[in-house]
Amino acid sequence: MARYDRAITVFSPDGHLFQVEYALEAVRKGNAAVGVRGSDTIVLAVEKKSTPKLQDSRSVRKIVNLDNHIALACAGLKADARVLINRARIECQSYRLTIEDPVTVEYITRYIAGLQQKYTQSGGVRPFGLSTLIIGFDPHTGTPALYQTDPSGTFSAWKANATGRNSNSIREFLEKNYTETSGQETVKLAIRALLEVVESGGKNIEVAVMTKEQGLRQLEEAEIDAIVADIEAEKAAAEAAKKAPATKES
Amino acid sequence: MMKIDFSGLDPSLPVKGNAEDLDDEILAAPSFKLPVTVDFDGFQKAAVQMVKPAKGTTTLAFIFKHGVMVAADSRASMGGYICKALLILNLYKINLYLAASQSVKKIIEINPYMLGTMAGGAADCQFWHRNLGIKCRLHELANKRRISVAGASKLLANILYSYRGMGLSVGTMIAGYDESGAGLYYVDSEGGRLKGTRFSVGSGSPYAYGVLDSGYSFDLSVEDAAELARRAIYHATFRDGASGGVASVYHVGPGGWKKLSGDDVGEMHYSYYPIEPTTVEQEMADVRIA
Repeated sequence: MARYDRAITVFSPDGHLFQVEYALEAVRKGNAAVGVRGSDTIVLAVEKKSTPKLQDSRSVRKIVNLDNHIALACAGLKADARVLINRARIECQSYRLTIEDPVTVEYITRYIAGLQQKYTQSGGVRPFGLSTLIIGFDPHTGTPALYQTDPSGTFSAWKANATGRNSNSIREFLEKNYTETSGQETVKLAIRALLEVVESGGKNIEVAVMTKEQGLRQLEEAEIDAIVADIEAEKAAAEAAKKAPATKES
Repeated sequence: MMKIDFSGLDPSLPVKGNAEDLDDEILAAPSFKLPVTVDFDGFQKAAVQMVKPAKGTTTLAFIFKHGVMVAADSRASMGGYICKALLILNLYKINLYLAASQSVKKIIEINPYMLGTMAGGAADCQFWHRNLGIKCRLHELANKRRISVAGASKLLANILYSYRGMGLSVGTMIAGYDESGAGLYYVDSEGGRLKGTRFSVGSGSPYAYGVLDSGYSFDLSVEDAAELARRAIYHATFRDGASGGVASVYHVGPGGWKKLSGDDVGEMHYSYYPIEPTTVEQEMADVRIA
């Protein structure tokens, strides 16, 4: 009996796959993650639970490289994420070896989503408990892309999206405030979105910026603090501007 | 006594519920049952020798300013294998030509922008080129972009490598035009794959190389390049007995491939070396018998 032949993810009478829905619950309990696509920059920002004093924070990177031009952030079970990320990294290199070309963002997203789907339809396994945000630039055309996958194995492209804790509020904020941005504006938009649900401060947020020329760059805590301060200042100025006309009238 | 089965706990066993992937059919590694013999190595050697047809052909391809020029002859001979059959058939006074065909298509159209040449086993080349065409199309459908010439040649080379030692005989050139320009790769049944600008494959290749190398220049026009390719094939067919028939010339440019010409090499001979009428020294006269 080398293989398990009994499936764990089976249909309920009213057409639900409960294991997949439970997996989505696990995602909803995970850290918030935001992705924003600009015209020349793509940003991933992830909520960071306060690191214990003795922990080496460099070993708990939440935003990882899949290849030189592709990065991934996820919400949900981090151990499952490690397995998925390793398989995706191998696939990126295998593709480079066979086709002599880097993967496109869409291809690797399709691969990861396919993997997630396979585990909802195989014997003896449970679905991966994570949703991923995958960013990257197309190696041939240079266009930026942002994709999201979920435990059921579906994927789609987004201009901006959030997953994890309070993702609905973040998405609402993005829907209200999204505009085509570039460069630092994209970074600001992503951090503003995340700050809707996360305590402000550089030590609670992990931010990575991807550009075509430089690839993925993780922002330092000090940088993030500076941007957060900028955002707070802008918010205060906006508040003051709102109050000012009111006083003029009276 | 039944032993407890611990294989389920084995971490090295892959967890795979669904074995019936579409991939399995087209892309699975080849395998077959081994025959029961006393001397398996010797049997393998004899089998490879029997199956290995002589690579009787001339094909060539080269990259130049306007893309890739591809040319080939059209004679298919069946080497030693047919000779054996000839002996047996001759006992029954049946006539059989040594050359099996004069009209084999040796330039295979993989897709509208890629060509493959055939040298070695005709069936092997035809089948695997068609299989490559399938793979290229699947790649297009899955990735919404054409596969590069490098990628296509790599797919073929990987397949041929996995069949290494099993008797395939393929010496092919994959010529095409993709986003990075003209591409030309030589791929063979040993699993080798070479990128290059000028190749000639087959028993007539030494002769073709002679003409090709001395006349080649990157800045040739399309007509000049076609004439060079045609001439190289003609000279190879003149000297090599296993090459002949029709010299086909194809051009692969940014818009895809186009067949430029197909000329019978016999007729080409007389256009290059027209018959000079010679003066008659002495007319033959009837001698009256006394």
